[in-house]
Amino acid sequence: MTRERLRGTRRTRSAWGGGRLALVLLLAALLLPAANHLVGDFGLLDPVKAIFLYAILGLGLNVVMGFTGLLHLGIAAFMAIGVYAFAILTADIYPFQLGFWPAMFLTLPIGAAAGFLLGAPTLGLRGDYLAIVTLGFGEITQDVLKNLDTITNGTQGINPVPPPTLPWFEHGDQGWMLTWYEFQKDAPLPWYYLFLALLVIIVVLNRNLEHSRIGRAWMSVREDDLASKAMGIPPVRTKILAFATAAALAAFAGGLWASSLSSSGEPANYDFQVSILALCIVIVGGMGNITGVLIGAIAVSGANDIVLQKLFEWMQQNGWTSTGSVFGSPNNWKFLMFGLALILMMRFKPDGLVPARRRKGGAPADPGPAAESSSHEEAA
Amino acid sequence: MEKEIEYLLQLLVTGLSNGMIIALVAIGYTMVYGIIELINWAHGDLCMLGAFLALTLIGLLGIDSWTGPLGFAGLALLLVTSALFCGTLNLAIDAVAYRPLRRAPKLTLLVTAIGVSFVLVNVGLFWGGLPMDVFSGGVAASAPKAFPPLVPATPLIGAEEGVRITLRDVLIVAVTLPLMLALWWLVRCTKLGKAMRAVAQNPTAASLMGIDTDRVVGATFFIGGALGGFGSVVYALNNGTISFQLGYRVGMDAFVAAVIGGIGSLPGAVLGGLLIGIARSMSDGYLETRWTNTLVFALLIVILIFRPSGLLGLRMKEKV
Repeated sequence: MTRERLRGTRRTRSAWGGGRLALVLLLAALLLPAANHLVGDFGLLDPVKAIFLYAILGLGLNVVMGFTGLLHLGIAAFMAIGVYAFAILTADIYPFQLGFWPAMFLTLPIGAAAGFLLGAPTLGLRGDYLAIVTLGFGEITQDVLKNLDTITNGTQGINPVPPPTLPWFEHGDQGWMLTWYEFQKDAPLPWYYLFLALLVIIVVLNRNLEHSRIGRAWMSVREDDLASKAMGIPPVRTKILAFATAAALAAFAGGLWASSLSSSGEPANYDFQVSILALCIVIVGGMGNITGVLIGAIAVSGANDIVLQKLFEWMQQNGWTSTGSVFGSPNNWKFLMFGLALILMMRFKPDGLVPARRRKGGAPADPGPAAESSSHEEAA
Repeated sequence: MEKEIEYLLQLLVTGLSNGMIIALVAIGYTMVYGIIELINWAHGDLCMLGAFLALTLIGLLGIDSWTGPLGFAGLALLLVTSALFCGTLNLAIDAVAYRPLRRAPKLTLLVTAIGVSFVLVNVGLFWGGLPMDVFSGGVAASAPKAFPPLVPATPLIGAEEGVRITLRDVLIVAVTLPLMLALWWLVRCTKLGKAMRAVAQNPTAASLMGIDTDRVVGATFFIGGALGGFGSVVYALNNGTISFQLGYRVGMDAFVAAVIGGIGSLPGAVLGGLLIGIARSMSDGYLETRWTNTLVFALLIVILIFRPSGLLGLRMKEKV
């Protein structure tokens, strides 16, 4: 097979295979509210809105884990930084009092700066050690947010945090006028579509990033640190960039999260569990594959917030649960479910539901033979 | 002045005795890492189950004090049963979850370990929901359980003034130190220990020399788990409460200790454990308790930045 043909088939397959699935997902997401309206309200809008946020968080983690091949166990810390940055920039009790959009845009550089500050001194460490540092950073962030209660209000959190606003035309006394529409708690539809739109923008940006010079540098560092160094790609700087990008995306998800809760919530909401949830999303979906992350977000967050919840509601209606027993509450089964899901996925489908094209059987620390051969093909 | 030095020494004693427990658990992390390069995420939660087993036994057998021949035998029974239980469970986990993945990439193994940890946490949650008197009957499954103070904290030295060393401190050292020495002897002087060191160095070469690597790895899991089992009982006796989330807390301290000492190194794990114990008690004593965890993790990050392989770890060149 000639090089051109090989490249060509591969490129189109990826553009179609992942893209088609992503389009189907988008269509389903667009139509869900209508179906909700026609068939009957299943209360799906809020959980699906949460899925959008988890997808953004997962896409951020995917930049570090999937593209660059570094194990990151503290992504929730950057989400928390985004949450608190957004809350402090907008809430009435602070001097800044920015609007939704300026504050949201500021979460990106703030998150990136935090990622840079953690990454710059530590990204020279070997894989396992780096994972521990990210884990430690997650713990530190949570404790600092809890303990600096003069600034962060401790476990009470900062509230109220303002909802999103959009420019809107309103028919008033002087005809049509440009005003700002403020999102309301009891009208879920604008939230839903706003979050979906932001997710779509981030997916497109991620996709472009993946195929850009930076994205290729990330992947080359993932496949072989030393070889890419020999090719003139500075590994540590490339990794720092990935780290900062992931942190920025996580912080952005955090800002949206705070706005949708209209509160920063307590620091413990952004603990190790959230980092693991994001990890599950990336791993279940397929590391390094954007469509995979979307599927992962649907599978993991959907299983968590929709399937399990509905199942237990249904069981409760049939009187199959008892409140006195530890087995009676769905929350008490979550650990078991996630644990088994991780174990079984790793055993039988370690590349995720939608494996990335370039990394068959590859892993951050030790790219398997298949990944090696594919990179040889590329070089040939 | 005298008072201040006394205070410092007192913190040191507390730190050292807590550090010995952390070290015992840290050894479990470091042994497994040394031999198959897996951060055994589930180790802390395994210890948590050991503590629950001990509490269950206390309830079933009605042990209420360690004195007298029966009480002493009871305490020994608790320690040994928990150790055997944790060791066997760790062995079983290895056989079921990790062994099929021996040739898989490291990340696959690590994520599996995180999964196992979640399963164990859930088992602990269900265990705490058992209708037993020692679990305080109606209290929610997730609530912390009181662990009876079988060994009182009677001061042996310094009852009135001066640095106080309690019976509990002595118990901790009496349990942990011999175990560490025994492990040292096992690794240095027995055939199994030699096999372990060989597998740690190069599994392929070791198996070519006729070493049954699966058996050696299994033995490592068993010994690491058993030490964790001992550690969990001593921890519970010293701490007074246990909960299903205890694994995360204890595991994290031990794990940080193993990393600070240089993961894979046995003396490193002990050194790291003692360091973490002392750092915690100093932070509790001189700063505020609520900043202690932050301090421990900050210490971890700083040490890793300046000594990327830990204090006693070998500086490894990244292999091509």
